[in-house]
Parts: sequence; C-alpha cells; structure tokens
Amino acid sequence: MPRTAQDTRREQRAAVAAPPPAPPPAPGRASRRRRPRDREGAAGYIFLSPWMLGFLGLTLGPMLASLYLSFTDYNLFTAPSWVGLDNYRRLFADDQWLQSIRVTALYVLLAVPLKLALALAVAMLLAAPHRGQGMYRSAFYAPSLLGASVSVALVWRALFSDGAVVDRLLRSVGVQTGGWVGNPDYALLLLVLLAVWQFGAPMVIFLAGLKQVPRQYYEAAEVDGAGWWRRFRAITLPMISPVLFFNLLLETVNSFQVFTASFVISGGTGGPAGSTLIYTLYLYQQAFTHYQMGYASAMAWMLILGAGLVVVALFRMSRTMVFYSGDEGR
Amino acid sequence: MRSSAATRPRRVLWHALALALLGLIMYPLVWVAGASFTPTNDVVGNTELLPSEPVLDNYARALEGMAGIPVWRFLGNSLLLAVLTVVGTVASSALAAYAFARLRFRGRNTMFVLMIGTLLMPFHAVIIPQYIIFQQLGLVDTYIPLLLGKFLATEAFFVFLMVQFMRQLPRELDQAARIDGCGYWGIFWHVIAPLSRPAFGTAAIFAFIWSWNDLFAPLIYLNTPERFPIPLALRMFADQTSTSDFGAMIAMSVIALIPVVLFFLAFQRLLVQGMATSGLKG
Repeated sequence: MPRTAQDTRREQRAAVAAPPPAPPPAPGRASRRRRPRDREGAAGYIFLSPWMLGFLGLTLGPMLASLYLSFTDYNLFTAPSWVGLDNYRRLFADDQWLQSIRVTALYVLLAVPLKLALALAVAMLLAAPHRGQGMYRSAFYAPSLLGASVSVALVWRALFSDGAVVDRLLRSVGVQTGGWVGNPDYALLLLVLLAVWQFGAPMVIFLAGLKQVPRQYYEAAEVDGAGWWRRFRAITLPMISPVLFFNLLLETVNSFQVFTASFVISGGTGGPAGSTLIYTLYLYQQAFTHYQMGYASAMAWMLILGAGLVVVALFRMSRTMVFYSGDEGR
Repeated sequence: MRSSAATRPRRVLWHALALALLGLIMYPLVWVAGASFTPTNDVVGNTELLPSEPVLDNYARALEGMAGIPVWRFLGNSLLLAVLTVVGTVASSALAAYAFARLRFRGRNTMFVLMIGTLLMPFHAVIIPQYIIFQQLGLVDTYIPLLLGKFLATEAFFVFLMVQFMRQLPRELDQAARIDGCGYWGIFWHVIAPLSRPAFGTAAIFAFIWSWNDLFAPLIYLNTPERFPIPLALRMFADQTSTSDFGAMIAMSVIALIPVVLFFLAFQRLLVQGMATSGLKG
C-alpha cells in the first residue's frame, strides 16, 4: 500500500519538478535557486532532526554504549574496567539469571496464546451485529489502558491474597490453594491472568480484521454445508492470518517487557522463591539496586539477542502460515 | 456464531455470553471501588460489591498522603509530567511523521525502517547507558530524563500512527498550497497539521495515559518524594503500609485510576478507533 502511494506521488512530483527548461541561474543568486529536489531534501532533514537526535542520542548511542559496558566491570563510581567476556560467562553460571529466563519463557508461552485466543474468541462474538456491540467493545478494551498501572497490580495482589475473594471462591468449590501471591506454584499464573485480562487491545485489532472478510465467503460455505468449525478453519483463520501475525508479534515483544506487575506484586523481590522473577525485574535489580552496570548491560544484550531471535523466528513462521489475499499485504 | 438470521434463542445466548463476560472483566474494578469504602480491616476478605455501611475514612487517610506530603502533590506532579509529555510527543512526532509521510530525501526509507525497528526493540536495552549519561550530567532526580525523549520523538508508536494518517491525505492539497506560495513549513502548518488533528488527538490521549501509568522511569530516576508522580508514591505507600493500612492503599489506588477512567469514558471512541486502524501496543 505505501509503495503505490509513493509511486503515484513520484509521478505527480515528476510532473511538478520537471518544468520547461529553466533559464540559466543568474550568477550570485545560486544559493536561492537550488533545485526543488534539494530543497525538499533539506526540509526533510530539518523536520526529521528531533527524531534523528533522539535516535542517535537516546537509542543507537546508548545501545552501542551498553555493548561496550557489557564487556566491563562498572559500578558507576569508579571507571569501567575491561573484563572481556567475563560478564557473559558469569551469566551462564548464575542460577538467578537462568531462573529469570525460565520464568519469562513460561510467562510468554502462557500469556500470549491465552490472551490472543480470548481476544479472537471475543472478537468473533462481537463481530456479529447485535445491539450494544459498541458498548461491549469499549468496556472490554478498558483493561488494556488500566492494566499497566500500579493501582491494578495492587488490586490484583489484594484479590489473590490469602483469605481474599479468589481464595474464598476456590475454597467454596473445594480447591485449597491459599493466597496465590505467596504460593510459588501460582504466583506466576497470577501475572498471566493479569495479562489475559488485558485482551482488549488485540481484540479490537482482530475485530477490524474480521470486518474485512467478505460475507459472501461464509454464505457460500454455508450453502455447501460447512459447519462452523470448518468455516473458521477454512475462511476466518486464513483471512485474518495477517492480523493474527501482527498481534502475535506485538504481544510477544510486549510480554518480554512487562515489569510493573511483577515488581509491585512481589514487592520488588521476584518472589516467592523466584517464581515471578521476570527478566526485566532481575535486570533492574542488578543495575539499580546492586549498581552492576556491566553485568546488567550483558543481560540487556542477551535480552536483545533473545527477543531478536524470537522475532526472526516469528517472521520465518509467518512466511508459511500467513495468507495474503490479493495485493493488500502489509 | 455468525448469525445470518439472528434467531431469538441465538440473540438471547449472545447477550447472555456478552453480559457474563462483561461481569467477569469488570469485577476487579467494581470490587476495588466497593472495597475503598469498606473499613480497612474488612477490605481483604470483602466479597460484597456494595459495602453495607460505606465509610470515607480510607479516602481521608489516603488524601493525607505519605511522609507529610499530601496526595495532591503527587497528582500534580503526574499531571505536569503527563501534560509536558503530551506536548513534546505530539509536536516532535508530528514533525517526524510529516517528513516520513510527505517529503522525499536521501536515506528516508532506511530511517523509516530503523524507526520501525525501535518499535520492536525492548527498551531495557538502552536504559542503563541512558541512566549513566543523565547521572554524569547531574540530571538524576530531575524531570529532564523523563521528558527529553518525549520531545525527541523516541516513542516510535506515535510517529508510526501519524505517518499512517498523513499518508492518506490527498497530495493535491500540498500542490495547491505550494501554488499559493507555501513552503514546506507552510504546507505542514496550514494544511497537514490541521487535517491530522484526529491522529494528534489519539496520540495525545495515549501519551497522557501511558505517562500517567508509567512506573519504571520515575522509579529509576527520581529519589526525592516531593517529586514523585502518583504511581511511584503509590508503590512506596503500598510497601510501607500494605499490612497496616490496606484501606487507604486501596483508596489511593482508586484515586490514581480516576483520571485514566475519565479519559477513557470521554475519548473511548477515538481510542478504540486509533487502536483498530494503527493497531499497536496495549
């Protein structure tokens, strides 16, 4: 889509930018008479300069700096000293770090599929035209805005603590789990449920995708006697696969970055027994409570590599799994 | 599921399902609202949604704040940060988006790809060197580290959202403005910016809410309680009082949520549409 827009624009630009041969520029006024293309280029750089400053100074520069720091020992107070690959070697011997990877992997593997499955199911429910559709859509979306706050994390902690609502409810049906907050077997599940609760954002995107599926496909399938599961597998899923991939990619990348919930619910410890020690929380502890800047930088780079590998794997997978109908690919 | 003929039982089933889900999703929010009016000792075990004898004590104690700093101070800090974030984000993202969407220059596509790349990159990758830079400059415990990036369009989501919007605007407008003697700034200021107001609005609301909820950056950069925004204050309050004064903590949580809820109620259409069309992040 951007391609075609650019192309038409190029043609229009060519029509404007190629006027009848201009008279030779008067000597001495050459600077005022630059070619329009050059002026457009200069304008582009000027408009983009805040972004470029931010990109170089706050993104690219710091990334390279953290790569350098990851090979040093640095505690903010004395100059960094080069230690080669030591930090990386230490990481693989660090039980806490390995634990944080296990916790994060489990969290991503549980939270992302559950959240997307619920988002898709509810989107399909809401896609059918009924009264109140818009109200439900908005209401289901609300948790996505509130969920990242400290307030909601505290509410979650309260709801799942010993003797609170969830505990009582489970006990009334004969399940004894105690408070989930203090139970290493359930504490991570609590965070997963908090993520699933925020299914509204991918749901809204799914809804937009479902609206694009031509109704005739379903009508034709129904005439042919296809049941709802068959219609879902053969029509819905392929037709929305680009949107599904988009949601999967973003939810996965975002899940790697959760911090507030595990930080607030575990009181900053990642407990009980390391069961909620999400990667970013361990990174925070190393960098900002122990001031192990070199070690934490190595952790940051392992995160970039890990997340990068996952993103590449997802793109690979999308080549076979995602169906683009016609030319309307993204 | 896809009711070509919405028969009666089907419609009833649909509404029953949707309502059940609504109840489940809204439960935590309704619970916290009710619990905030329950006497502090009964909060945890409270299962009633409407307290039989509502009390206001929790709010009275929550408003006192902590360490002698009233809660208004934290709310004011959050508001200041959020407003400056909105101004910086919308201004800088709009400039960048105009360049990406409407101007042609060498390296544009490469930079656009880099910009999209920063969307997918975990931001923890840059936080350590950023902290070190601001620490060396003596800017820790000020608002500058929290705001500088906002004025430099570092949140790629907003740039992307505006690029998508500006690309749809007809080219003829630029040419008409050019013929009328507008330069690139004139085209941006008189043509593109006024037409992009819906995108600016969506970006402003998201920027406000994300800034209002943000814990991580204030947590690492701010030390003086007088400068804390509400999430950081709330978290500290919770650490100090979670066992002793649960009621006040819950009340303070509700106070912190109110602006977001109001924003949501006022702008829900714009938010849902912004999410559906540009489709990113939650």
